[in-house]
Parts: sequence; C-alpha cells; structure tokens
Amino acid sequence: MYAAIVFLPLLGFLIAGPFGRRLGNRPSEIVTTSLLFISAALSWVVFFSVALGDTPESVSLLGNWFTSGALKVDWSLRVDTLTAVMLIVVTTVSSLVHLYSVGYMNEDPCRPRFFSYLSLFTFAMLMLVTADNLVQMFFGWEGVGLASYLLIGFWYEKPSANAAAIKAFVVNRVGDFGFALGIFLVFTLTNSVSFEQIFAAAPGLAHKTIHIFSADMDALTLASLLLFMGAMGKSAQILLHTWLPDAMEGPTPVSALIHAATMVTAGVFMVARLSPIFEQAPAALSFVTIIGATTAFFAATVGLVQNDIKRVIAYSTCSQLGYMFVGLGVGGYSLGIFHLFTHAFFKALLFLGAGSVIVAMHHEQDMRKMGGLWRNIPFTFAMMTIGTLALTGFPLTSGYFSKDAIIEASYASDRFGASYGYLMTTVAAGLTSFYSWRLVFMTFFGPKQWAGDAHSIEDASPVVAGHDHSATAPAHDLHGHDAHAFDSHGDASHGDSSHAHDAHGHESHHLDPHESPITMLAPLGVLALGALFAGFIFHNYFIGEGVAEFWKNSLYFGPGNHILEEMEHIPELAKQAPTLLMVVGFLTALYVYILAPGTAARLANAMPALYRFLLNKWYFDELYDKIFVRPAFWLGRLFWKGGDGAIIDRLGPDGVAARVIDVTGRAVKLQTGYIYNYAFAMLVGVAAVITWYAVWGLR
Amino acid sequence: MFGFGILSCIVFLPLVGAAFILALRGDDEATLENARWAALGTTVIVFILSLVAYARFDSSSAAFQLVEEKGWFGAGLVYKLGVDGLSMPFLVLTAFLMPFCIAASWKSIDHRVKEYMIAFLVLETLMLGVFSALDLVLFYLFFEGGLIPMFLIIGIWGGKRRVYASFKFFLYTLAGSLLMLLAIMAMYGVAGTTDITVLLKTSFPASMQKWLWLAFFASLAVKMPMWPVHTWLPDAHVEAPTAGSVILAGILLKMGGYGFIRFSLPMFPDASAYFTPLVFAMSIIAIIYTSLVALVQEDMKKLIAYSSVAHMGFVTMGLFSMTQQGVQGAVFQMVSHGLVSGALFLCVGVVYDRMHTRDIAAYGGLVARMPLYAVAFMVFTMANVGLPGTSGFIGEFLTLLGAFRVNSWVAFFATTGVILSAAYALYLYRRVIFGVLDKPSLQTILDLSPREVALLAPLVALTIYYGIHPGPVLDSSASSITALIRNYDAAIATTKTAALALEQAAFK
Repeated sequence: MYAAIVFLPLLGFLIAGPFGRRLGNRPSEIVTTSLLFISAALSWVVFFSVALGDTPESVSLLGNWFTSGALKVDWSLRVDTLTAVMLIVVTTVSSLVHLYSVGYMNEDPCRPRFFSYLSLFTFAMLMLVTADNLVQMFFGWEGVGLASYLLIGFWYEKPSANAAAIKAFVVNRVGDFGFALGIFLVFTLTNSVSFEQIFAAAPGLAHKTIHIFSADMDALTLASLLLFMGAMGKSAQILLHTWLPDAMEGPTPVSALIHAATMVTAGVFMVARLSPIFEQAPAALSFVTIIGATTAFFAATVGLVQNDIKRVIAYSTCSQLGYMFVGLGVGGYSLGIFHLFTHAFFKALLFLGAGSVIVAMHHEQDMRKMGGLWRNIPFTFAMMTIGTLALTGFPLTSGYFSKDAIIEASYASDRFGASYGYLMTTVAAGLTSFYSWRLVFMTFFGPKQWAGDAHSIEDASPVVAGHDHSATAPAHDLHGHDAHAFDSHGDASHGDSSHAHDAHGHESHHLDPHESPITMLAPLGVLALGALFAGFIFHNYFIGEGVAEFWKNSLYFGPGNHILEEMEHIPELAKQAPTLLMVVGFLTALYVYILAPGTAARLANAMPALYRFLLNKWYFDELYDKIFVRPAFWLGRLFWKGGDGAIIDRLGPDGVAARVIDVTGRAVKLQTGYIYNYAFAMLVGVAAVITWYAVWGLR
Repeated sequence: MFGFGILSCIVFLPLVGAAFILALRGDDEATLENARWAALGTTVIVFILSLVAYARFDSSSAAFQLVEEKGWFGAGLVYKLGVDGLSMPFLVLTAFLMPFCIAASWKSIDHRVKEYMIAFLVLETLMLGVFSALDLVLFYLFFEGGLIPMFLIIGIWGGKRRVYASFKFFLYTLAGSLLMLLAIMAMYGVAGTTDITVLLKTSFPASMQKWLWLAFFASLAVKMPMWPVHTWLPDAHVEAPTAGSVILAGILLKMGGYGFIRFSLPMFPDASAYFTPLVFAMSIIAIIYTSLVALVQEDMKKLIAYSSVAHMGFVTMGLFSMTQQGVQGAVFQMVSHGLVSGALFLCVGVVYDRMHTRDIAAYGGLVARMPLYAVAFMVFTMANVGLPGTSGFIGEFLTLLGAFRVNSWVAFFATTGVILSAAYALYLYRRVIFGVLDKPSLQTILDLSPREVALLAPLVALTIYYGIHPGPVLDSSASSITALIRNYDAAIATTKTAALALEQAAFK
C-alpha cells in the first residue's frame, strides 16, 4: 500500500507525459486526477492506522540504489507518524489541486503536459517524505526542484516565467550546495547516510569537535547548519528567499500546491525528520530560530505593500514558513509540523481562491484593478475570508492553534534567540493581519476599479510611481542578448505588460466577473473545512496531551526538552498579545482601506523611502544582481577572452605556431618587429633573475 | 575464435570492416550506402562482442582477465591484451558509442564517405586497443595512434576553422606524448620490461617517480583535458563533425582519466601523493573557471565543450582523493559523461543538420515545433546538471564525497560547480528551447526523424537507468578499485616507514 501511494502519481506522470497528446486532454486529466485521489485515500488510511492507530512504523526496502565501500544507499519507504502527516498533506492538497486545475487550465492547449508535471511533482515529493536516508531525500529534494522549475516555466513563451524558473532552480541549488556538504559531513561522522544509523550515532557525537575547513568546529552543529542551508533554499528563508515571489509566474494551482502547501515546507520537514541531530546542536537550533524569525518579519513587511494578489500571498507563505522554523528552532518540532499541516490547508485555500478571483478578472492579478468583487463572486469571497481568518489566527480556526502555539513556545523557551523569535513573530502577527485584510478589502470591497476607469487613479498614484520605477528595470539589456535569465526585475511589472495568457482582448470595462466552475469551487470548500477545523480537531494530537502516542518515535525530544509543556505556563498577556495584534491589524486595514480610503497613499507619500524600500523587497534582488549575477558573467567573459584567449592560447599553441611560421616562412620578419620583442622579453627575464638573486640570494 | 582471444577480435574487427570498405569500388550512391551499412554492421558486431566479453568478465575479481599474450619483436616487447574492472567499463562504452557515431553521420556526411567510415573504424580499433593493452609500448602505440584519425576527421570533415583546430589539437597532444615516451623508456630501463602487469608490481625509486609522474601527467592532463591545457578542446569540438565530437567527448577524454588510474596512481604512488594538492588545485580551477566560461558562450558546442572540462575536473578530483567513493565516482562519472556529453553533442548535431549554425542566438522557442527534441534535450541537460535520478548525479556525488573525506575545502569549492552547472545548462536550454518561436528561419523546422529518435532514445533510457540503478557500472569496477587503493596505501605506508627509519638512523 505504501508503494501504491508513492508510485501511483508516477504512473500518472508516465501515462500523461509521453502519451498525453495521443490520449487527448480530458483522458489525461481523468487518469492523473483519479490516480491522485486513490493515492490520497490510501494516505488517509495510512494516517489513521499509523498515526492514530497502532500500526508500527516501518521501512520497506525497494532495492539498492548504489553502494561504494562503506556507503550504501537504498531505495526504501519509511512510514512513521511524521511521514503519515506529510502523506496526507501532500496527497490531499495535490489531488484537490489536480481537480481544481481541470477547471483552471480549461483553456490551455498543453493540459496533458501540465497534469503530468503535477503528478511528477507529487511523486518526487512523496519520495522525499518517505525517504529513509539522506540521499533518497536529496533525490526527492532535487526532483521537486525539477518539477517546480518545469511548472514555473510552464508558459515557456513568457520571458519572465523562464527567468523565474531558472532563478528558482539556481537559488535552490545554492541551498543544495549546503545540503550536499551536510550529507558528506554526516557520512564522514557516522559512516552512513541511513537515518537509523545516523540517529543512533547522534547522541554519541554531541559536543565532539572536528577539524574541518581549517578550523575546529562542533561536528553536529556544523552538520546541522549545512543541512539547514538546504532547508533555507527550499523553504525560501531570508537570504535564499528571492526565488519564491518570482515563482508566482507559474499557473496559480502550481503556486498553491508547490509554492505554498507542500514543496516549500520540505525544509521544515527536513529539520523535523533530522530532529535527533538538531537536538544535539543547540547553536544550530538558535540559528534556525533567528533565521525563521527574521524571515517571518521581513516577508510580512514586504507583503504590506505588494499589489499583485499572488505576490502578497507568496510573501505571506514566506513569512509563515519563518514561523514554522521558529517553532522548530525552540525545540518544538511538532509545533513546526503542526503549523505546516494547518498552513497547507489555509494557504492552498487562499491561493486557489486567488486563482478563482484571477479567472473571474480574466487573468488580472493587480489588486488595484479589482475591488467590490464580493457581490460578483460570493462563494470565492466567503472562502477567501475563511482562509484569511485562519491565516490571521482568528480564535478556533486552525491558524489560531498552530501559529499562536509557536509564539507561545518562543516566549517560554530560554534558548538563545527565542526572545527575538517571540518579538518578531508577535509583530509579524499584526502585520499578517493587516496585509491579509488589505488583500480582502482591496479585492472584494471598495469601488469597482475594473468597471469604471477614472477614479481608480487616486489611491494608486504613489504606487504607480514606484511601479514605473521597477518596470523600467527589465528594459535595460543585461548582457547584450536577451539575458534576463538571472534578472529578476521583470516581476513587478507583469500586471500591465506581459501576460501571455488571454489577458489581452478583454477590455477592462466589458468585464463581467462570474463565479468559477464547480471543479474549482469544490476544492475550495474542502480546503475551507480544513482551514476551519483542522486545528481544533488535531491540536491535541500534534501539540497537546496526545503528543507521545501520536508522534511515537518519529520526532526526537531530548531529555531536557519540555517546550510543549512550558508553553502552557506563560503569562496571560504574552499569550494574548498575538490575538490582540491581530485585531489591531484588522482594524488598521479596515480604517485604511474602507473607512478612510486614500490613507494608504498618504502614508506612502509621508514615508517615501520606507515605502520604496518595502516595495522593492529590501533590494535583495538588486543586491544579488550586483554581487553575484553580474560578476559571474563578467568573470566568465574575463576568463574566456582574457584567460583562455589572451594568455593561454597566445603563449601556448598560437604562440608556438606563430613562431614556427615566423622561422620557416618569413625569416625576414626576424629582422623587423619580432626580434625586438624577443630581445625585450629576454632583457626583462634577465632583469627578473638578477633581482631575484639580489633580494633572496644575498640574505 | 579463429585462434585469437575475444579481446583481439573486438580490437581488430573494425579493421576488417575498414578493409572491406576500402575494397569497395565506385563512388555511386549504392556503394556509399554499402559503406555506411558495412560500418554500422561492424560496430554493432563489435558492441555485441564487447557484451560477450562483459558477460565472461568476473567483476568480483581484481585481476586481469581474458588475457592474451604473444611474443613480439623478440625479447622484452610482448603483444598482451587483458581487462580488469578499471578498463572493462570503458571498453564497453567505446563499443557502445561507435554505432551511434556512424548513425549520426548517415546523412550529414556527404563527401568522402568511404574515407570517413574507414577513419572511424580505424579510430575504434585504436581506442579499444588503448583500453585493453597490457603492454606499455602497445598502449603507447594505440594511445598516440588515435591522434591520427582524429586529426584527419577534424581536418577533412570539420567546419570552417578546421585546419587551425586540428593543428591546435595536434600540437597540444604531441607535446605531452613525447614526454610520455621518454618516461616509458626510462621505466623500461628500470624494470627491464614493458609488461604492465609487471610494472604494476615494480616500485620505482621515489626521486624518479616524480619525473615519471610529471612526464605522464604532461600527456594525460592534455588528453583529459585539465586546466590550463584545455583550450584545444573547445576549438576541436566546434570544428569537428558531430560524430567526431561524440567520440572526442565520449571516449578520447576518458583516455586521460584511464591513464591516471592505470599508470600514475598505481605505479607512482609516492609521486601521486606528492602532487595531489596540485591536481586538486587544477581540478577546482577547472570546475569553477570553465563553468563560468561556459556561462557566457554563444556557441552551443563550445558551451558543452567547456562544461566537459568542468566535469573532467570532478573526475581528476575524485581519482586523486584515492578513496573508494572518489575513485569509483570518477570512473562512473567518466562513463556517464561519455553517454551524456555524447548525447548532448548529438542533440546539437540534430539542429545543426537543419539550420547549419551553432549560434545559440539563432535558436529559440524550439519546443513549439520540436517537442520530442525538447524532451530529449531536457533529460540530457538535467543529467549534465547532475540531477539525482540521472546518471550525472552518481558520479558527481561520489567524487565530491570522496574529496570531502580527504580535504573539505576541495569539496567545498568543487561543490560550487553544482550551482554553476545549473546556471549555464538551464540558461542554454532556455535560450534554445524556450521562448517564442519567432525567427523566420525556424518556422518550418522539423522534429526528430525516426533515425534520430532511434539514436537518442537508447541514450535517454540509459541515462535514466544508470541514474536509478548504477550498479552495472559501479560494481564492475569496485573490486579493482579496492585493490588499487589498498596497494596505494601500502606503498605510501612503506615509504613513510622507510623515511622514518632513515630519520632515526640519522639521529643515532
């Protein structure tokens, strides 16, 4: 059964991929989607029997991948509670997204390709979560990266989509660089890559130092940090986050599945899976907390001012992933996973809801051109509101249980960085509330910016200014040919310009937004149930009293780690602070966008520098472009023309050949220019030798 | 078979095919067709024979197998063939790639077809000879003899600057090989024989080892090619016909790595240990430097050529790590690179045959009209990037792991190649395959023909198969490599004890 869960999506890929054109659109959709639903049903069975029931954890061996000396890497499926949780998250969201895509991609000519990619992604993700060794995990890890690359670049005629796809892959590779080194270090320490042996060896390795990179370092701390670098890339944590907002170039179902619910949470899963290692490396955990907290705050601030509806949700995802890492970093591994679990529901819901809005608006993503939509698409509006409530942590929704628990735990923890984590996540809770409600208000309330025309300028004027600024950026030609591959500015501008989709042809005032088909709305309904009730139903198992029986041995809490208990005993004020800030955020958004429209513009004009700083996402893209992308091209050209051409070739073969020609063919030349060159070179050489002797010989 | 061993059959059968083509008279289309079929038939039979040899080969043993020996030129020199786990994968790889080369030249070569086929068959004999020779002089003859047909292939059937490229190729390789010949004579002076099996057991004086090592290095580093003697490769690739590029990248480059593992490491262990930092430094520079250069290339073949240099950097790094993983990874990387880069050059050949340009800027949006081509190209691109699940991953992963165990900084810098390879490979793919198909010249371009599908499909299948089940290649070399490392470590240990004893004696 375990194998069926994992390999049915692969089967779907193998059917819809090579034979999709022959099968036709509809059969491809049916095959992939129904296989996914079977896989999801089986996953729930596994969840009930392994996580909630008594079926013991198991590792089923599929075969040997490769063996070299002591290194033995197997293909195997490990199923324990942690895996079971991931299985239901991945297959449930994936099957719903498959179904949703039937409606969403209705007009696309390349549907078999799309569905085969989705299934391929699901397979890779399942290989990741069922891995029993680091290398198979890496296989899934890079496999989802490939699927993400293919899906972001699905509309391959759009230059911005291609650029975003490459950026996603390459930035993830930067993280994988750390992951790979981490695997090497773990193997060096434990002589194995299989979890069983690594975890068994981990306690004995605590506080051991190793001489590496010309320094003595704590072995497990370094290993954890290197592995975490991989997690930072995949989960879009600050410094390696730049690819995620750009990844919104992909079709919206992709954003929901890959860039919100599943793939980006792989880093969280990884840290939880490797909790026996991280638990022995407190310094690394503190680092995880600090990075997570910073990301939570940073992404929330950027989310405040974005105008692309998907981009707001993308930054929100980034921020929520930061929360998960704070939860992990303070030692509450199940907190991180619990938030991963609930977040999958409400974030997928928000994305798919946004997709429904976008379809209703005929592929318009700029919120400044929406407004007043709640009457036109009431169901979508209701679903988006549920998602927003859950995201902002409205009492008794799922986000309330998981997010607030993380904040409480960071207050209770006395680890280094935890207080910083508390501060950042609490502030971010307020910001989250503001930008989430801003999204709802701008989209569903206020004047209809799509119906009329003239009065839309008012609120948008400063925004447009900043917008133009970033829109000019892609116009400059980076490398002499159409090389925006690593150029990321193209993003903010796509609202107006390059929508390869059917954005053209629809004049905005002929727009008649209407509700999406049932295949799109049904998944929203299911996810909304999850967003509302998943926290309430499951919090006791994930983070409450039922923790021990639920997680069994799949998460490791050290003997001194009582964070789940301590977080219950914190002052009431600290406990209520996030809820309080949530209300403040809501009221502010209400005031700014409903009660006193135009406030946003005034605020932006009052603080232009701050506004610009946030709108340009703290200038990370510009910075990276300057310090990595351009120098790489510059160095490449230098090495090519200078190194290979001017030095190696000129002194080597060309030089030799030229001299031969000189001597044989045109002896006359010797008497003209070249002879002086030789003479000069010889003089220089003699001078160099004499100097060398003079300086070094006489001492 | 006919009184010869199977290895002799494999090695010399291509010459029989060449003789047959030589005997063909006339220059009409039917004759040329015969020549093509004769060449294809010969190479396929050779490949089947190589599989037979592989089946008879016992991979659990580290010893030389299928050995044949005959006297030659009187005393000292012998005609001796044999294979072990280090040479068997390359023997099969060579025999495997040859039919693809012939098939790839089916349409694109239209003048001097017979000569072309003869050149390729002779080249095959020489390459197979390199991997099965067990006598140093015999090895040298095969090794250097391979230069001549390759020189002709580039010089006659090459592109516009073919003369420049072939001379550059010749100059580079000749300079190195002369030094190697001197070293071989010196080794004969010490050991009194050129039998490789004997030489492997001979221990050369430490001071002499360094010179011998350097002399071999001069030749092997050029073949490999290592930075900074790599500049012949991009030019040779660009000018060579498609099949020439496939052979160049797929087999000829591997001779350098094979030379290291057959001669430098086991015969001169002290010198190898002494020069390891140099090799590491050159490998790292090769990986980073050539990856960056690949990033800015405007010619498809040059880009792939530079990426080959970077991948060979992983190989040299893995070999000189002298760990089980490192060396096994290096051997695997060579085989995998033989398949993948060969396939990439075939892919370039596919569009070159249609458009007669390798300029990246001349393409764009091919996926719209060539979906099959796009899929094949994607698989090879991902293998080039080292995506797990393709054969490219195993070699990279193992060599890096091996290097990490020896020197973490080396692995650190080399692993950045993983990032850079993704950048240049995807950037290439995006410019050629993705985007809008708006160039007028491309509007009528056709997808893969059945012949091209037959050419690329097996390579796609193998790339993925070896990615998820690399055992057939990896395991066949395992025991030979274990033995190699054991002897190496023992030799180093002996030298150390000797040095220690000497030191103590001096103190007394």
